[in-house]
Amino acid sequence: MPLPIAPILGILADNIKQRGSVLPISKKASTGWAKGLNLPKGGDTVIYTGQMYQLIPAIDAMSKQMAMFEESPITKLFGLGRFANKIINLSFFMSLMASKDMKVENNRILKNITGLLKKTGVEFGYLYEDDMYSGALIYDEGLDEIFVPHAKKVFEKLKKNGVKKIITVDPHTTNMMRDIYPKVVPGYDIEVQSYMEVLAEKAPEVLKQCNKELVIHDSCVYARYENMVDQPRELLKNAGIDIKLPELSGKSTHCCGGPIEALFPKKAHEIAGNRIEQLSEEGKDIVTMCPICLVNLRKAAKGKDCQLKDISDTLADAYL
Amino acid sequence: MSKVSSELAAKLKQSTEFNAEACYHCGTCTALCPMGYEVLPRKLFREAMLGLEEKVKARIPEIYQCLLCRMCEENCPQDVHIAENVRYLRNLINKEEMNLIK
Repeated sequence: MPLPIAPILGILADNIKQRGSVLPISKKASTGWAKGLNLPKGGDTVIYTGQMYQLIPAIDAMSKQMAMFEESPITKLFGLGRFANKIINLSFFMSLMASKDMKVENNRILKNITGLLKKTGVEFGYLYEDDMYSGALIYDEGLDEIFVPHAKKVFEKLKKNGVKKIITVDPHTTNMMRDIYPKVVPGYDIEVQSYMEVLAEKAPEVLKQCNKELVIHDSCVYARYENMVDQPRELLKNAGIDIKLPELSGKSTHCCGGPIEALFPKKAHEIAGNRIEQLSEEGKDIVTMCPICLVNLRKAAKGKDCQLKDISDTLADAYL
Repeated sequence: MSKVSSELAAKLKQSTEFNAEACYHCGTCTALCPMGYEVLPRKLFREAMLGLEEKVKARIPEIYQCLLCRMCEENCPQDVHIAENVRYLRNLINKEEMNLIK
């Protein structure tokens, strides 16, 4: 029996309305990565995570659970689950089941990106608990009437902290806050740049040439929504990377399957498997630039002779 | 025989977000879709524009299975905003069929 669409979307919508995120996680899980980095709170320019990397371990734990439910009669109880989740924060328990290794990796990615940005000389702060989820998933699912009030709240937090420019770390938050927010939030005037755009512009010095081959998996959202194809290639090339590209890359990149993970985990896994076939034909070491692509493709690569890493790990090796 | 909903047809016609009138059914979108669905998106849009409500409802799984990856849109010779159209249909279904917006 397929997963029921309405109760799952209902839970995501309730969580956004009541708890400000599709999957609420603790303050420690969302801001812990910045511990010891001495990033000032707020300011003209801030690094904006939109909690995407921090949410992935919890989302992964939830989708594993969902995949088990996909063929079971328990799906009939999802309506009841939505009712209970309104009263008790049920989805929070999912974040307690999240993989520790994944949390460590995602925290490292955010630290790497912060280090890379510091190297460019750009001054920036962080919003800590005011760094809110952008609402990308509920927007994609067409829950506009829930998304718009949330986007307004996010903008209010940015204003309250005196923010004029945000530097984003993932494609979905970049797209939401650069292209969608200006259409739905009156007076929205925040400048948005992805950290790779900042790095490509500032061209920091390379400390170590990597001299290895890497296969690039472009994110659909960066490449087709945000027209961001050249920057990651430039940064890797300067670092001595021999870039390998699958036939479907750049503006013709192939999806990782991630966008339908919440509702159709099996199908998402199938799409990810197709993509892993294409990527591994070009080489064993693959880089991604989106936390959703990374987690989905990695699941599909289990048992295959290839490894996946976030691009920031390679950039940190070369530039820091 | 299919029942026509003139309300659905009128809604889509008046919408500034849903726009598939330029589609001339070349099939590029279908050929490129990573999901491999024959229905997505051109047949679906045609049915929706004609107000074939029951047919659109029968496509609900496919409507939510669209990856919004824009592979189709990038290559559409008529510049149809396919992903936005799918999102628009989701919004309609969320409101009118699933009662999710209260």
